[in-house]
Amino acid sequence: MTDKLQTDSRLTAPDEFYEKLLALHESLDPAASARVNARLILLLANHIGDLRVLDEALAAARQQPTD
Amino acid sequence: MRDIQSEQDGDDPFAFRDCADLSGAGARRQVVILGAGPVGLCAAIDLARHGIPSVVIDARNAASDGSRAICWAKRTLEICDRLGTADALVARGVTWHRGKVHFGETEVYDFDLQPQPDHHRPAFINLQQFHFEAAAIEQARRHSLIDLRWQHRATGLHRNSDGDITLDIDTPAGRYALTAEWLLACDGVRSTVRHALGLEFEGRVFDDHFLIADIRMRADFPAVRRFWFEPVFSDGGSALMHKQADDVWRCDFQLGRDADPGREREPARIKDRLRRMLGGAEFELVWSSVYTFTCRRLARFRHGRVFFAGDSAHVVSPFGARGGNGGIQDADNLAWKLAAVLQGTAPEALLDSYEAERIPAADENIRNSTRSTDFITPKSAASRVFRDAVLDLARNHPFARQMVNSGRLSLPANYAGSPLNTGDADHFAAGPPPGAPCPDAPATGPAGDWLLQHLGDDFTLLYNGGRGEAHELVAGLTPAVRPLAIGSDLRDTGDRIAEGYGLSCPARPARRSPMAPPGPRCCRRRTRPRPRPHGDNLT
Repeated sequence: MTDKLQTDSRLTAPDEFYEKLLALHESLDPAASARVNARLILLLANHIGDLRVLDEALAAARQQPTD
Repeated sequence: MRDIQSEQDGDDPFAFRDCADLSGAGARRQVVILGAGPVGLCAAIDLARHGIPSVVIDARNAASDGSRAICWAKRTLEICDRLGTADALVARGVTWHRGKVHFGETEVYDFDLQPQPDHHRPAFINLQQFHFEAAAIEQARRHSLIDLRWQHRATGLHRNSDGDITLDIDTPAGRYALTAEWLLACDGVRSTVRHALGLEFEGRVFDDHFLIADIRMRADFPAVRRFWFEPVFSDGGSALMHKQADDVWRCDFQLGRDADPGREREPARIKDRLRRMLGGAEFELVWSSVYTFTCRRLARFRHGRVFFAGDSAHVVSPFGARGGNGGIQDADNLAWKLAAVLQGTAPEALLDSYEAERIPAADENIRNSTRSTDFITPKSAASRVFRDAVLDLARNHPFARQMVNSGRLSLPANYAGSPLNTGDADHFAAGPPPGAPCPDAPATGPAGDWLLQHLGDDFTLLYNGGRGEAHELVAGLTPAVRPLAIGSDLRDTGDRIAEGYGLSCPARPARRSPMAPPGPRCCRRRTRPRPRPHGDNLT
């Protein structure tokens, strides 16, 4: 396992994943959507595991597009 | 033990007793301890065991009402073993190791803090604070060096130019001035000493109201710690139920930020809440309290010859049982150091290590307690969403159970960064590193069936080798170090001592020598330098 956050493209099927992400939220109200997102973040974070990688992901997520 | 008095049976332990200082021109004592709660009493007993007399001042005239601290951790019991009260506590307390966590109507998971077969004491017992205090009072009264003064109230404090501290003491028979060379402020969260010195807590204040209701109930419920997030029986955010001694159960309800404390204190309303929780079970309300809490501490625990210990120095939320257990470790940390300085076997600089060790320990307790509080009482929409998502996932995914935080239960402090540590000069593949608490192990010897019972009050050299070599290693050391040779002074019954302390390296069969100051904790050596109990920078 690498200890750097990978931000080059790694998804085998980016469009398909994006479609599935939207489908996950279909017909959910904003509160339910937020909860599903939170569950997803926790599952993925656990899969990554390494706190150093997660720290980098948190920092990257905090960044505004204009930064 | 050096000073056992005959038992004084049958009389009221909290009675006011006439005291020669009342008629004198002002007494001066070496050590005065303000507050005869668990921390002050343990400090007094520990000092007496080291031969140091103390005067203990407390305003109360009866045992404290209500259960207050109820959950005593293994480390506390190990300290109380040394002080002589642990058997009474364990006999009276409820030993528990199982817990269940519920979310809404469903059980999310359960846990089992399996008792460790190599350890004498269980992970936790539940026992009302007044029972803990009663055992300590009984023990303190056996020591002629402890002058325990109930119904003496400290009303003022002056620091003298020579560093002494003079207390104004109010009693039913009049007032007197008591001058202390050293003052231990064990006087709780509303510490008189802290206020008199103008010291403030720093940290976070939480505005959620909670209700504690202690009930007596003969129920077949097992002694399991049960925690509910958003229970259907309560409109608040969480609830806790935990068994204590005497068929008393601690019930704790989160009431929310907007609760009206006056209304929530009404017994009818409390009983109504309890009935919704317990269904048809018969119960009697024993004690209740509506409270908010803070996670804060003093910037310094030592101010000249004044020491703060326990709640006077640091306060946490109740989640994790870190208040009482943290305070007992304060007393355990301070007593031997003060005794060594007063007896001239250590320089006064040793006393600075009290806060060097206990401030990081307090911060660890505050950090854990704050995290639990943020999980139990989410402060924002986002934190609530994540909390609920963790609980959702915990039903099916083990990783999420590790994130459910209904209190991270108190573990002994690890003084990894202590100035008293002498770093490892040799390689140890196993065993507690310098500054870590000594793990227990089965042992056979005159002091009992457990290793920690053999460590006692003083510095100990635990040596895997001959008795003669062990004695030679500690000869002439100040303070004295007691040699404990594995195989001759005690037997390593289960082969757990040599293994657990990393002393069984087959390449070099002899001369393994960890040292356990009366923490107990270690520094260690494989070769044979002169052991230096106080670390390089103090000697």
